[in-house]
Amino acid sequence: MSLLEVCDITKIFGGLVALNEVDFTVEKGSVVGLIGPNGAGKTTVFNCITGNYVPESGDILFRGKSIRGKKPHKVVELGIARTFQAIRLFGKLSVLENVLAGRHCRLKSGLLSSLFHTPAQRREEEAAVERCLEELHFVGLDRVWQEEAGSLAYGSQRLLEIARALASDPELLILDEPAGGMNDQETASLVDVIAAIRERGTTVLLIEHDMRLVMKICEKLVVLEHGNVIAKGDPETVKTNPDVIEAYLGTDDGDDEEY
Amino acid sequence: MSFNARTIRLGSCMALGLVLAVLPFLVNNYWTDVCVSIGLYALLALSLNVILGQAGIFHMGHAAFYAVGAYTTAILNTMFQWPIFWTMPLAGCAAGLVALVVARPIIHLRGDYLLIVTIGIVEIVRIALVNDIFGITGGSNGIFGISRPTVAGFRIVKSFHFYYLVWGMCGLSLLLFHFLWNSRVGRALNYIKADDIAAEGCGVDVSHYKLMAFVLGAFWAGMAGTLYSAKMLTIAPASFNFMESVIIFAVVILSGGSQLGVLVSAFLFIGLPELMRGLTESRMLFFGLAMMLMMVWRPQGLLPPLPRVYTKARAVLDRMAAHDSDAKPSTTQEKTL
Repeated sequence: MSLLEVCDITKIFGGLVALNEVDFTVEKGSVVGLIGPNGAGKTTVFNCITGNYVPESGDILFRGKSIRGKKPHKVVELGIARTFQAIRLFGKLSVLENVLAGRHCRLKSGLLSSLFHTPAQRREEEAAVERCLEELHFVGLDRVWQEEAGSLAYGSQRLLEIARALASDPELLILDEPAGGMNDQETASLVDVIAAIRERGTTVLLIEHDMRLVMKICEKLVVLEHGNVIAKGDPETVKTNPDVIEAYLGTDDGDDEEY
Repeated sequence: MSFNARTIRLGSCMALGLVLAVLPFLVNNYWTDVCVSIGLYALLALSLNVILGQAGIFHMGHAAFYAVGAYTTAILNTMFQWPIFWTMPLAGCAAGLVALVVARPIIHLRGDYLLIVTIGIVEIVRIALVNDIFGITGGSNGIFGISRPTVAGFRIVKSFHFYYLVWGMCGLSLLLFHFLWNSRVGRALNYIKADDIAAEGCGVDVSHYKLMAFVLGAFWAGMAGTLYSAKMLTIAPASFNFMESVIIFAVVILSGGSQLGVLVSAFLFIGLPELMRGLTESRMLFFGLAMMLMMVWRPQGLLPPLPRVYTKARAVLDRMAAHDSDAKPSTTQEKTL
C-alpha cells in the first residue's frame, strides 16, 4: 500500500477542467516531484490533497483511508503538512511562535487548563517550545527564534515554513515550490534539508521549477500538463519522454500560479 | 529595548493597581460611582478583547450578551429569590449558550459581513426584551426590585463596596486572560487573526477556536451583566442598546489589544466625557476630535501587546549548543547530508 494514492481526481472551476483524472501514488519514504508548465494544475493537486479544495470526482487515500473532503486542519492532524507557494507565515509573530503553530495540533491543552494555567499545561508548553526549537535548529534558524518572522530573508522564510510544517510530525510533507525565489546558495542548503527530512523517515512530495534540484533529489516524477498526467516514473525516463519535452519546449515560464 | 518596554508596562500595571486599590478613599461618592461604571466597561472590554483583540473577529453586538446575563440574574433573583452571586455562573452560561446558538451559523463570515450580523444580534435581543418575551422581561420598563448581593452575610450596598467587587472581578479576569493569552489557545487565536487560511493549513481548527473565543467572551459579558443588575437594582432594555456595543467595541479598538491598554482605554472613554462635563454641549465634539487625532497618530491603538516571553527557550538553546559541540569531534551528522 502506498502512503498516498491520488485516484483519478477531477477538479472543475466553472467551465475549466483544472484537473482531469489525475492519478499517481507516493511511496512511503520517497521524495516525489510534481512538475509541469505554469498553469498545469500542480498547486490545485496540492490543494485537493490538503483539503483546501474538494475534487468533483475521484478519491485521495492516505494510508489507505480516504481523506477527500476532510477539512485542512484535519488533514494536518492525520499527518500531511504543507508549505505554501506564496509564503504564508504569521509575519508579526516571532519565528518560534510560527513553529509553535505547526505544533498546535499535537498539543492537548484546552480552554480551561489554559485559563487556569495548570501544571500539566505548563509542562506541555515547555515541551512544545523545546520541540519547536529543535525544528528550528534542524533548518538552521535557531539563532533567530525571537525575531519577527516577517523580518527574515526570503530564503529563511521558506525554511521557517518547512520547520513549521515539520513541527506537526507529518508523515508526508508537501512542499509547494520550496526553492522559489532562492539563490543558488540557499537552494543548495535546501537540498541538504530535504535530504535530512528524508533521512528522518518523512516522505516528501514537492512542486518545483528548478529542474536541477528536482533531478537531484526526486526518485520519482509526475508530470502534469493542462490538468492531465502526461508522464510519471524515474527522472531519467521522464526526461527523455517526448511528451514532456514538447510540453516544456512548447511553453515558456510566465506568471506563477496563485495560492 | 523590549526589556525596557516590558519593565515600564509591568511598573505601570502595578502603579495602576495601587492607585485603584486606594482610590475610593481619595474621591467622593460620585467619582467612585463613575469608577464602578468604568470598571464594568473595562470588564466588558476585557471579555470583548478575547474575541476582537485576540482572534480579530469583528463583533459589535457584545451588549446582547451583557443583557442576557443581566436579565438572567434579574429574573432568577426577583422571581425565584436566588441570591445574586448564585445567579452569576448561570448568567454566564446563559450568555454563552446564546452566543453558541447565534454564532455557530455565522462564525465563518469575514470582517465587515460578520460585523453587520452581530449588530443584528444586539437589536434582536433588545427588541425581544422590549416585547416582553415569554412574559418575563417586563417589557420596556424592565425589571426592578433586584436585591443587594451578600458575601458571607456581608451586604454589598455602598458605592465603594461595588467598586471593590467590580475591580476585583477585573483583576481576576486580567490574570486569567493573561494566562489564556500565554497558552496554546491564545496563540491559536492570534494565528487566526493574522491569517486564517495559514492557521487552518497549520492544523488549527479555525471555526472551533473562533467559536470558543465567542462563547468565552459572551460568558464573561454575562457575568458582568450580573454585576450590573446588582449595582443598578433596576434594568431596562434601553441600557443594552447598540450604542453600548459600539462603546465597548471602541474601547477595545482604542486599546490596541493589550489588557493594560484596555484598562487605560476604558478610563479614557468613560472617564474623559465625565471630566469634560463642564464643556456641556460641546464635550462630544472634543471627544470626537481626540478620537480623530488618535487615528492619525496612533492607528495601532494605545498599547498593542508586547511579544510573548518564552523563559525556558534560552536554556534549551544553550543545551542544544552544548550538545552540538560535544557531538562535533565524533560525527557531524545533519550538516554534511
